[in-house]
Amino acid sequence: MSRLLPIENGTAVAVAEVPVLAPLAFQALLGETLEAGGRLVAYAGERGPQGVRLTALVADDAAGRLGLAATLPGDSLPSLAREFPSVERFERALFEECGVRPEGHPWLKPVRESLPDDVPLYAMQGEALHEVAVGPVHAGIIEPGHFRFQCHGEHVFHLEIQLGYQRRGVERLLEAANGARALALAESIAGDTAIGHGLAHVAAVEALAGVEAPPRAQALRAVALELERLANHVGDLGAIAGDVGYLPSASYLGALRAEYLNALAELCGNRFGRGLLVPGGVRFDLDPAEAARLADRLAGALAKVRDATRLLLRSPSARNRTDGTGALTRSLCDELGLVGPCARACGAGRDVRRDHPAGHYRQDRPPVASAESGDVYARALVRLLETERSAQFVDRTLQLLPDGPARLPCPPPAPGRLAASLVEGWRGELAHLVGSGEGGRFARYAVKDPSFHDWAGLAQALRGEQISDFPLCNKSFNLSYAGHDL
Amino acid sequence: MIDLLRVRARLGRQTVAYPEGPARFPERFRGRPALDPSRCPDGCRACAEACPAGAVLAPGTPGMKLDLGRCTFCPGCEEACPAGALRFTRDYRLAARSREALKVSGDEPLLAEALGAELRRLLGRSLRLRQVSAGGCNGCEAELNAAGNIQFDLSRFGIQFVASPRHADGVVVTGPVSDHMREALRRTWEATPAPRLLVAVGACAISGGIFEGGSVAGGAAAALPDVPVDLFIPGCPPHPITLLDGLLRLLGRVSGDRLQLAATGLVGPARPE
Repeated sequence: MSRLLPIENGTAVAVAEVPVLAPLAFQALLGETLEAGGRLVAYAGERGPQGVRLTALVADDAAGRLGLAATLPGDSLPSLAREFPSVERFERALFEECGVRPEGHPWLKPVRESLPDDVPLYAMQGEALHEVAVGPVHAGIIEPGHFRFQCHGEHVFHLEIQLGYQRRGVERLLEAANGARALALAESIAGDTAIGHGLAHVAAVEALAGVEAPPRAQALRAVALELERLANHVGDLGAIAGDVGYLPSASYLGALRAEYLNALAELCGNRFGRGLLVPGGVRFDLDPAEAARLADRLAGALAKVRDATRLLLRSPSARNRTDGTGALTRSLCDELGLVGPCARACGAGRDVRRDHPAGHYRQDRPPVASAESGDVYARALVRLLETERSAQFVDRTLQLLPDGPARLPCPPPAPGRLAASLVEGWRGELAHLVGSGEGGRFARYAVKDPSFHDWAGLAQALRGEQISDFPLCNKSFNLSYAGHDL
Repeated sequence: MIDLLRVRARLGRQTVAYPEGPARFPERFRGRPALDPSRCPDGCRACAEACPAGAVLAPGTPGMKLDLGRCTFCPGCEEACPAGALRFTRDYRLAARSREALKVSGDEPLLAEALGAELRRLLGRSLRLRQVSAGGCNGCEAELNAAGNIQFDLSRFGIQFVASPRHADGVVVTGPVSDHMREALRRTWEATPAPRLLVAVGACAISGGIFEGGSVAGGAAAALPDVPVDLFIPGCPPHPITLLDGLLRLLGRVSGDRLQLAATGLVGPARPE
């Protein structure tokens, strides 16, 4: 990573310091980095007076390092997608947004801007084969997306997932916004990850302004992020129980999820944590007695979550439906660049909280949980382990909140800087790569939700499975449409 | 089986007492705002400048209003106001039958009127709804799903979300209606047999919310301009009890202005800094 400009999570550099490499040297550097086990964390394009400028943020997780490099590619660049499938969606998105054609990309179809009506989708030929098309409107209260299965009877050969229905143009709206509006937009990138994306946003704004939130705020932010993880993991365990038809756990865990949402509402008035975060700290604080009562309540909730989850994981019929279903191998997981619980379920123990810690996670963090089998069972198990560990983390953090203020003033961002802000959200690594412009606005605001990586994992997990296992596999990933589509 | 019964006993009854009894809300919950423009310093725009959604109308004048069809219920305006002219109450009742009624001033409760007797007779004791998620963030969808869990248990009132618009008495829209979902929403609406209800849930579905200016239509009414919206339920997202209150008032199952609020006793109100 020698030609990369090193950057730490939650800090900013001057844009002028980022090395601008010749296009071929840039691609060679990306290739070497990926070859050596590095990952592409974010990849942003920006139109400027010199044409399009591409900036890549890459990670060496084992060494805990992040690095930046840029290039001015003109209107095309040799594609790396055949060698490194983890970059293929980034390349397609950049072609769609900035018109930089990845020459030699194996399948240059739209990511978000065109719908299946305009896109030739993959189709198999043969008399005994059939195609099942689902969505965008699904048979429940679910975000919109289009799924197309190539089947022989129940057997799925291939699942193609075409998204873009949730496209609002969040990055463009963020670039036109400032202050409170930008924060509200960040909280709405994915509403179930309001704290995750909100935290990445306020940390980026603070880095651009050159200030740091006080320790008490950092601790309360970590509590909120883990409460968000707990709510979603518990809800997902319930949803998995529902899809294997194990209704007691489905009902209980669905209700227990509320314990964590309600804890966020106790803290800040909103069940999704909206309104808590602000550049410079947090808007709401707890006194010691309040923190103790909240910790007490959460300890009671954890005992019930354990009970309800054990019922599920000990039930032979539930084990039968989850063991070996939708399995991914570790090598496929690495090839696709998966992140979050679905990567940790394959034994890929990457976790921003340990590998690139920022804020309170520099002092303390829950241990990384992982499993080996890469199937629905492993994804459920990782969620249970993370629930246990996050709950313990929240408990000790609430009892040992650092003294001092919970909020300090935050001046507007200084122009000409670039901040990298990564957060381990409940779905995995999310990243905001933010360039500051004049007048406190953002020159470029690039957002990456973990789902951007992980939808490819769901498609692969369905290969060779039965179509009736799709809902279960889908729940075990539970990816964001809004976060992907932006 | 023994384990199952043991867990069942330990968890106990999960369903909330509302609407017969009170619903528990945290002290810091932000419900319907109360305005007192007589306190506004002349020409003050602090609340409007702090608002992420452009929800404050005529700030600093006697005619100041807050448009709940845009409000994200963040604490921004309350925090910015130097005179205490604007504060959030814990009143969870936010639904209205008209867009204008969502532009609130003063401190009056918002109580959605019931449907006409003929429509209520047709619906009987059941209401089947088809939900269309159209370009939002999945927050409103999460609360609609929560409204159906064993805690809030929407189905005890005969209200259910169904898979097919053909089986539905109405459509619930969430999200600002992205350009890419306009066609799907229209087709779903057209597939729903009349008489049918249109319900807009959340600031985005009511007005486009904070996504106004993006690749969106700007809410259900903008995406289906020839269709009247029967019920608006504001929030970002609305609390499940707010959803219940709106739907139950629409059906005439809840009426009157009794506020069913109880404290949780865990965390007190936010203290001024």
